[in-house]
Amino acid sequence: MALTEYTGIEKINGPIVILRGIEGVGYDEVVELLMDDGDVRLGRAVMVGRDAVMVQVFAGTEGLVPATSRVRFTGRPLEIALSPSILGRTFDGLGRPLDGSGPIYGNTRRNVNGAPINPMARVYPRDFINTGFSTIDVLMTLIRGQKLPIFSGNGLPHNRLAIQIASQARLLRAENFAVVFAGVGIKHDDAAAFVSSLSRRGSNLVLFLNLADDPVIERIATPRYALTAAEYLAFDLGMHVLVIITDITSYCEALRELSVSRGEIPSRKGYPSYLYSDLASLYERAGVISGKEGSITFLPILTMPNDDITNPVPDQTGFITEGQIVLSRELDARGVYPPIDPLPSLSRLMKDGIGKGYTREDHPSVSSQLFASYSRVQEIKALAEVVGADELDDDDKAFLAFGEAFEKTFVGQAKDEDRDIGQSLDMSWRLLAMLPTSALTRISLEDMEKYIKPNQQPRPGGEPSTNAAAPAASPALSGENSAALK
Amino acid sequence: MTNKTGDNEIGNPKIGKITMINGPVVNATGLSSFAMRELVQVGELKLTGEILQMSGDDGVIQVYEDTTGLQVGEPVRGLGRPLSVCLGPGLIGHIIDGIGRPLDRLMEKEGAFLDRGTTLDPIDMDHSWEVTPTCKVGDVVGGGMAIASVKETDLIENRVLVPQGLEGEVEFIVPPGFYRTSEVMARVRRVDGRVVPVYMFHFWPVRRPRPYKERLLPDEPLITGQRVIDGLFPISRGGVAAIPGGFGTGKTVTQHQLAKWSNAKVVVYIGCGERGNEMTQVLEEFPSLEDPYSKKPLMQRTILIANTSNMPVAAREASIYTGITIAEYYRDMGYDVAMMADSTSRWAEALRELSGRLGEIPAEEGFPAYLATRLAEFYERAGKVRTFGDRTASISVIGAVSPAGGDFTEPVTRHTRRFIRCFWALDASLAHARHFPAISWMDSYSEYADEVKDWYHRNVDAEWGALREETRAILAEDDSVQQTIRLMGEDVLPDEQRLIALTASLLKSAYLQQNSFSDDSFCPPEKGVRIMRMILDFHRQAKVLVAEGCPLSLIRKMKELVELTHVREFAADDGAAFDDLGKRLKERLEVIGRERLAGEQQEETPVGEKG
Repeated sequence: MALTEYTGIEKINGPIVILRGIEGVGYDEVVELLMDDGDVRLGRAVMVGRDAVMVQVFAGTEGLVPATSRVRFTGRPLEIALSPSILGRTFDGLGRPLDGSGPIYGNTRRNVNGAPINPMARVYPRDFINTGFSTIDVLMTLIRGQKLPIFSGNGLPHNRLAIQIASQARLLRAENFAVVFAGVGIKHDDAAAFVSSLSRRGSNLVLFLNLADDPVIERIATPRYALTAAEYLAFDLGMHVLVIITDITSYCEALRELSVSRGEIPSRKGYPSYLYSDLASLYERAGVISGKEGSITFLPILTMPNDDITNPVPDQTGFITEGQIVLSRELDARGVYPPIDPLPSLSRLMKDGIGKGYTREDHPSVSSQLFASYSRVQEIKALAEVVGADELDDDDKAFLAFGEAFEKTFVGQAKDEDRDIGQSLDMSWRLLAMLPTSALTRISLEDMEKYIKPNQQPRPGGEPSTNAAAPAASPALSGENSAALK
Repeated sequence: MTNKTGDNEIGNPKIGKITMINGPVVNATGLSSFAMRELVQVGELKLTGEILQMSGDDGVIQVYEDTTGLQVGEPVRGLGRPLSVCLGPGLIGHIIDGIGRPLDRLMEKEGAFLDRGTTLDPIDMDHSWEVTPTCKVGDVVGGGMAIASVKETDLIENRVLVPQGLEGEVEFIVPPGFYRTSEVMARVRRVDGRVVPVYMFHFWPVRRPRPYKERLLPDEPLITGQRVIDGLFPISRGGVAAIPGGFGTGKTVTQHQLAKWSNAKVVVYIGCGERGNEMTQVLEEFPSLEDPYSKKPLMQRTILIANTSNMPVAAREASIYTGITIAEYYRDMGYDVAMMADSTSRWAEALRELSGRLGEIPAEEGFPAYLATRLAEFYERAGKVRTFGDRTASISVIGAVSPAGGDFTEPVTRHTRRFIRCFWALDASLAHARHFPAISWMDSYSEYADEVKDWYHRNVDAEWGALREETRAILAEDDSVQQTIRLMGEDVLPDEQRLIALTASLLKSAYLQQNSFSDDSFCPPEKGVRIMRMILDFHRQAKVLVAEGCPLSLIRKMKELVELTHVREFAADDGAAFDDLGKRLKERLEVIGRERLAGEQQEETPVGEKG
């Protein structure tokens, strides 16, 4: 179809081009800029007026000659061609093949912006995913269809963690499992690491790569291509899709750059006031839909600028996603892998996907107790720094020992270790047994009898309340002794 | 209701033209005959919008749907009325979006993903209802009075109300039977002789508060089944509360708990700019949960309004108004309504986003200068009132606030505080330790405590006020004791203060914490008072012992204390278990006291250690 070509670039400002005297342009439609050298750059009409159109150019405006460049309006929004043959392919940040295997032919074309899922059509996610990491499985359980971001910092092993989750997730054994990976402004080396470790798992991988030196504005489109592909795989082809997008911070920075060049009124830290809505339009595409077989589980990765969790990017993300996995520089420095800090981490969906009939009946109370106890460890640590560890009473010392063992053996695991949920829960009970029973307020009296066995190792500061025979005997004994002494 | 639009289409059609599109904000010209805030259909797709600004022939429209593909020159059609919601039986048990479209019927029409340009009334006009007239021919009726009752659910009897402004004599009323929503229920002859039909449904502009006869003092509590709320920071029926908290502190779980267990007759739950799965959870969970008061499924008293974070932002702004209008509708029938708005921050941010697109000069952090006014207008629509039908009814509003970065000094939290009377501050460190509900006992407050005291004394426990004061005093003292402990450790403290810390820790684990995923999810106020009293009794008795010189370590080792920590696991109606534990606690303390005295005498007799 021949489209009318126009000239008339009036103004160029950063990635924004203003065109004048053009009619019949639809809001948000795709614009092609034809350069003298035959190069075609894609843009999007971001504001449409009576006599002017504002176009955002994905590849940037460098080298654009206002007098000679021509413009073509396609009358369509940004779209992606889809067919089952996208599996195993690699695309650039704007969905163009990068692997030299030619274009995708398919009669399915989708608007990359997608449409909101009717909340009525959703199915509440409840299927547990065993990731093989004790911390995640017991304390912030990943559920199929969940959006659970990894909040990380520069230099922390978030990529390795994401790759390991993708490869260890039990879902992988299923034939109908696929990974969609989008690299947004990531380093070449990181991209290569992702590609090589994930592609070992066969062809069920789709890649969208916008690398650190690729055009910045393109980053706004990349996650949308990836998610549209994921929706197709999940809801058209019935696959269980894991979407990994890294780094959301680069995405938000691109959004900010565009917003500033459009002259919009900024809100916190210069980010546009619609940052929340914009991020939601990505994150909310995860889920399970009734009557459809597949699902989209979404693991966005973001690096917190200066490790600050209150920065707008992690902050707004946390308000939309169903929890977060927070990595800690301190644990990393102490050689704990994965360096997941349990206390600020959270999975909002775990409460309905664990326990009897899902994982194990003791799971909810164990995880709640571990959180409570580990948070107590932090308080005691702070106290020990002031008064010295020697001054602590026996109960507090027991907590410190618990904390140490918890971080080393429970949070920390070998780099290829894949633990079963049963294993992780048993390990939790062994750790909890190091604490005085009076401190186990989250465990019901019933469970305490069942799981904390009397024959377990004696603890420092043993409690008189333990119904075991041996400790109960000792005060009696000492009583006798003192009587005998008299 | 369709008259006005009909006139327009036949006579002089009101059609404007689009001149600019900027996301959800559209400029148009040719609007001189349109009204400010008039509802319009934008473009060939007939997207729903509302006029926000007018200047001469030009105007600015906010569009409630995605504007992709819209072109300059496309038409704008006026609908002759402001943004309104269709009120009638069939709202309860259903889920509608921010501008009142039924999401269940939209799904039947469009599938799993939301499409654009579809208009549907929130209620099904063809549904047949069982109607019982409650007036007879010749009765004189006025606006807001009930003329018939419709069985909407097992729990809710919908009352057909005479529209505001209509007064006269009933000339016709339907006999008992089944009628469709769209049918005329009665005809009223006005003084001027004109006969006006009364339908089962009517439209009401969402931004206009519905009138009532008289405002009353909110002196009855809204029982929520949450100990920390009912016992320490109660809210009245007709009260307004805010729950601020950073992400992950449990705003939504608390809101869900209130929607489940509060003793309101009708619950309106607004998911404003929040997660889709949270609405799905309510939709899946509520039909199978029992209302603790009526033993019927909770869904039979619940209305959901969903404008999730990925749905159009302008409709998010409208959803709060749609919700409160529906709440007022049921209030006018004489019901106690509780409305949860999760989250009001998203609404404020929608205001900010639209204000930014309109090019308005921002006040604080980009929010428009009228933010405080809008918040005040909204919260003032709550209250306990006497209706025109002479019934006492109320709307309690509980708004979640999501402060950016968890910072309570940001504009939305700060302004909200001015217009609410009950503040349940969520604390991130409590949430990190999974102490839920993470409502801080230090930062929260309730101005209703005094107003509802009499009710509690009459209906629950004559000592409620005193117990509450004592509990708060211990927790407050513990707060400063904890600061010392953090600096110097517990050993340096005298036993009196360590006892405070011990009692406070009992209160925290046995009273303040409540597991929303167990049988403890709903705690009747009687059980809450029982737990409180048991801990305070222990405290008083232990305090005497400590004052007499009994070392705290002896008291701390009592094995009954472990049971006391778990006392919330006791069934609410198992009075015997509570009495038994209370008795054993008392006896154990007495034994400790006696043994210590005996020991002391023994020690004193052989050696006189002191020189």
